[in-house]
Amino acid sequence: MKYVDEFRDGKAAKGLAKEIATEVVPGQRYHFMEFCGGHTHAVFRYGVQDLLPPEVKMIHGPGCPVCVLPVGRIDNAIALAKENGVTLCTYGDTLRVPGSKRTSLMKLKADGADVRMVYSSMDAIRIASENPDKEIVFFGLGFETTTPPSAMAIKQAQAMGLKNFSVFCNHVLTPSAIMNILESPEVRELGTVPLDGFLGPAHVSAVIGCQPYEFFAEEYGRPVVISGFEPLDVMQSILMLMRQLNTGRAEVENQYSRAVTRLGNLKAQNLVAEVFELRRSFEWRGLGVVPYSALQIKKEFAEFDAEKRFDIPVTSVADNKACECGAILRGMKKPTDCKLFGKGCTPENPMGSCMVSNEGACAAYYSYGRFRDERIPA
Amino acid sequence: MKRPNLHPLDIKNGKVDLTHGSGGRSMAQLIDDMFRKAFDNDLLNAGNDQACFEAPKGRMVMTTDGFVISPLFFPGGNIGSLAVHGTVNDVAMGGAKPLYLSSSFILEEGFPLADLQKIVQSMAEAASEAGVSIVTGDTKVVEKGKGDGIFITTTGIGVVPDGVAPSGEKARPGDKILINGTLGDHGVAIMSKRENLDFETEILSDSAALNHLVEKMIAVVPEMKVLRDPTRGGLATVLNEVAMQSDVGIKVYEDAIPLRPEVKGACELLGLDPLYVANEGKLIAICAPEDAEKLLEAMKSDPLGKEASIIGEVLEDDHNFVQMETSFGGGRVIDWLAGEQLPRIC
Repeated sequence: MKYVDEFRDGKAAKGLAKEIATEVVPGQRYHFMEFCGGHTHAVFRYGVQDLLPPEVKMIHGPGCPVCVLPVGRIDNAIALAKENGVTLCTYGDTLRVPGSKRTSLMKLKADGADVRMVYSSMDAIRIASENPDKEIVFFGLGFETTTPPSAMAIKQAQAMGLKNFSVFCNHVLTPSAIMNILESPEVRELGTVPLDGFLGPAHVSAVIGCQPYEFFAEEYGRPVVISGFEPLDVMQSILMLMRQLNTGRAEVENQYSRAVTRLGNLKAQNLVAEVFELRRSFEWRGLGVVPYSALQIKKEFAEFDAEKRFDIPVTSVADNKACECGAILRGMKKPTDCKLFGKGCTPENPMGSCMVSNEGACAAYYSYGRFRDERIPA
Repeated sequence: MKRPNLHPLDIKNGKVDLTHGSGGRSMAQLIDDMFRKAFDNDLLNAGNDQACFEAPKGRMVMTTDGFVISPLFFPGGNIGSLAVHGTVNDVAMGGAKPLYLSSSFILEEGFPLADLQKIVQSMAEAASEAGVSIVTGDTKVVEKGKGDGIFITTTGIGVVPDGVAPSGEKARPGDKILINGTLGDHGVAIMSKRENLDFETEILSDSAALNHLVEKMIAVVPEMKVLRDPTRGGLATVLNEVAMQSDVGIKVYEDAIPLRPEVKGACELLGLDPLYVANEGKLIAICAPEDAEKLLEAMKSDPLGKEASIIGEVLEDDHNFVQMETSFGGGRVIDWLAGEQLPRIC
């Protein structure tokens, strides 16, 4: 497959692996957090860890949109479809995310609620215009990558004069999450949590650019390399991070230059700014309440805001006490350190956020990487 | 057969109505003019509620499968050909030569007779290609809204040659794993129709009857250990089933797994893993290492095995993991599918 296979080439991987191995300086630690689920997925799916020397460790960050969605918001969406009788349009892997009381949108659908999987926010617009007698709610969630399409849908609905369309907005912001991780006491206290650098988001950065990360590199002294989602991208970025550490630098570098610029996609940014504004605080599954970490729909577009239209309450539901998602997302613990992992909590029956989507650290570890660990039950 | 006071079946513009399932003259007419005409064989034409035939000597296999696919017509086939291929293949995976099929139709009121005719015709053609006869059947009509156009259930029986007994628990460390061709064609053909995705080259379903291929394979390696068709859940599911049944581990090599570039591209676009996508004309075979090359040769000699390949081997492993050596040079587990395969958000 042209333009994809080139970035998954085994020969090139071997060459990079050699370079990475020779870059290791004795005594230097290389523990990097890949922020995005896309990276986590690539690391596991292609077995990147097998090509890295033992000194290089990957810590799997919180950048999986369905993983960080709190149970309360899932419950809200379930209530919308169940009690308000709306047609709820959602991206695919949100269907399986467990709400409280072992419900999910998938189970709700089986119970007869009108829940539809869409590939694009525009599909939801089409459904709304074809079914004027139904209330259509688009379950908007994700990082900066999926935010512009939600903004676009609202603008489109306004232009078409749709009266039966709204967005349940759960869009969150990458920089606030990174800051939250860096600000956590464990990371602040030097040496307690090994976090020596970041693989920066790929698609998110295509929208917001490299600039927002410059602050982290400077303020927290951690190098950031914006990295593509293909396995060779990940390996090259790891090499770039190692070189920064070895030469005592902490800068933002852009490995994914074929899609990311310093300023990003201004058109998309303007569109988002026109429709959305900062939310004072938002609960993240695993991270807790993070100030100014999410977006809400502006007053001017209130008629398309499902939260206002259906008076959606703010509900907070606590995760299982034994669940270690928070510590795993901050890089303090590995999935296998959690008592629930592989026992009470599996991809079929996820209890914590990291087990929900393939991109979550626990699910990726469970589905792809388990055989490396003898302690895990099959 | 004489049927007084009945207009001929209007196949061009007519629709299935409740009388077609009521047991009356309309039903008899539908059976005669549609099913019996297409499936035409002595056992069916006898017109009894059951087919009566001599029981062959030796062991027999029996299997049944329900077909509820949407869309009914897809590139490379339709629910009719699929209903024949699916059951013939399940019989063949027992190492058996399929003999007879039964077919039960559940039709939804209002279903166009023209579509039914097309489906029945494809069934007849698929059966004749596979060398089996559809010898008995049943027709029911449900009210509009209580079905999805048409559901078909087929049951098949076949006879197993002496000395042949493939079974899921027979894989042993060192055995080789073979596949007869490219993965994921059927699932992607269906998905691209469902999601209205237009690709430059149309991807055809691989739906086909595998019994002739299996016959050739058995002729050279009668002691073949495992035969499975990776339908729903794809290759990943079948390998996990075998690993568990045989209490072994399995290792496959990504480089050796045949994949069409179009299918690879579509899976990339839809966020799917081709290892979990359905096939309807593929089989995996597990045999002793010394038999692998001649089995591969026999497979390649059949039109349905031209792209056959040895994709992996059986290992000793208490965890029964299915592992893959990726083209990239790393390793990973190929796990059971958790729920349905759903596209990722970003």
